[in-house]
Amino acid sequence: MSAMENDQAPWDMSRRGFLKGVGTGAVATGLMQGATDAEAASALRSGKPVGPGAVPITLNVNGTHRWLNAEPSVTLLDALRNRLDTTGCKKVCDRGTCGACTVMLDGDVVYSCSVLAIEAQGRKIVTAEGLGTPEAMSAVQESFVENDALQCGFCTPGFVVATTAFVRDHPNATLEEVREGMGGNLCRCGTYVGITKVAYDLAKKGDA
Amino acid sequence: MKTFEYASPNSLKDALGLLSDTWGETEILAGGTDLLTSIKQDVTAPRLVVSLKEVKGLSGIDSKGGNLSIGATTKLKDLIANEDVQKHFPGLVTAAKNIGSAQIINAGTVAGDLLQRPRCWYFRNGFGLFGMAGGKELVPDGDNRYHAIFGNGGKAKFVNPSSLAPLLIALGAGIDVQGPKKERSVKAADFFSTPKTESEREYALQANEIVTGISIPLSGKKNGIYEVRHRLGLDWPMVAAAVAFDESGGRIRNASVVLGHVAPTPWVAERATAVLNGQSRKAGAQAAGNAAAQGATPLSKNAYKVSQVKVAVRRAIEAV
Repeated sequence: MSAMENDQAPWDMSRRGFLKGVGTGAVATGLMQGATDAEAASALRSGKPVGPGAVPITLNVNGTHRWLNAEPSVTLLDALRNRLDTTGCKKVCDRGTCGACTVMLDGDVVYSCSVLAIEAQGRKIVTAEGLGTPEAMSAVQESFVENDALQCGFCTPGFVVATTAFVRDHPNATLEEVREGMGGNLCRCGTYVGITKVAYDLAKKGDA
Repeated sequence: MKTFEYASPNSLKDALGLLSDTWGETEILAGGTDLLTSIKQDVTAPRLVVSLKEVKGLSGIDSKGGNLSIGATTKLKDLIANEDVQKHFPGLVTAAKNIGSAQIINAGTVAGDLLQRPRCWYFRNGFGLFGMAGGKELVPDGDNRYHAIFGNGGKAKFVNPSSLAPLLIALGAGIDVQGPKKERSVKAADFFSTPKTESEREYALQANEIVTGISIPLSGKKNGIYEVRHRLGLDWPMVAAAVAFDESGGRIRNASVVLGHVAPTPWVAERATAVLNGQSRKAGAQAAGNAAAQGATPLSKNAYKVSQVKVAVRRAIEAV
């Protein structure tokens, strides 16, 4: 699934505009699909039931509009990983306990395994990939490296997102507040000492 | 996860129009923290999921007419951050903070806490609300360490999982419910029920009704809660106690003590209430704890919870 070059998804066009756009020589299947998507998007907006088959969904992931067709039952986590190749968020417990799937929705950390992709439309989704790159890491990412705050690394992207939100919301947090506030993520390797130091130091500096 | 139809209606009327009058055919989605896990676990397999996210007027906190009104889809994080809630109901802030991680608090809603399904591991693993296999009840001889110690004489031996309900009951709150034809308010104390069949749910609500909000009287009562847990980190409490009372001249009056996680419904500890009234806090705390534990009927592996009731009630009173 490729990123959209502008903010308009194909089904946001009027059917008339779509028909005009593809011209009279359009392949019938493409034309049918476009019309169905437009109808599904319109039904969804007017509050009518859609699905259980795939419906068009637009997601704003790390500042880019992405579109996909997915069943309403697809979680945000599965949409990000399996459809949009945004694999920073990890699927571990898939039941809102371990934190490996943590993403930000409009700035709030949530478990993406417990949010439907269709419900995340219109909201700003940020994953670990959206916080920095290997060449230009965020302060939290850099501090994870400096403090050796990872071992196998599988929980790390979720922890990085959770730490970023925690440090932003808790300037000058005490160690106790760090431990409590970061309690929504688990690390089976037990790298908590390093992670706690990342959060504690950055909360003190206030420069996450 | 099994597939389902999905609708996100724009009004309460439209939402009500989509709901089936049979439990399980349709489910209401708010925060999703319990519903989506329940669907993945096959605890429920709805044909249609009705989202409340576009329904206006269901979230927010207002004080009006001597009550604090809390919208059903108010996020737990907004409940915790609200100044009126902090001022009048510090126990509710503690209870909400205890519910879970930042991720859960940011997504979960107030009504969602009341309406979540039991955590009983038999229920969550395909043996139904009563933990049955081959016509036999599995809980009495099984791993019942987290099960009920009160109100467990029938088939239901799970515990009610709500963190907010005990204190809401202690504070005399009302639950606002909108049905297809009429609106009604149910006392929080009457809202929870023990199901007698698998097709019932754990509350006095019809399948085609929607909880729209909660009203708590601004009575000035002091209030607090205490949860006994395995560990300090995020976990389900083994026992919780909520208390609300007036205090004048060093004496407690109009007390209410309600336990959580000990019975299929939140459990009003009437004996503790009787003991507490007229006492000083110091003298009353221990006595009320002991009284609250009286009459418990623990199962084979959870007698330890009876001792925890004594501790939870005492510490809840001391912490107010």
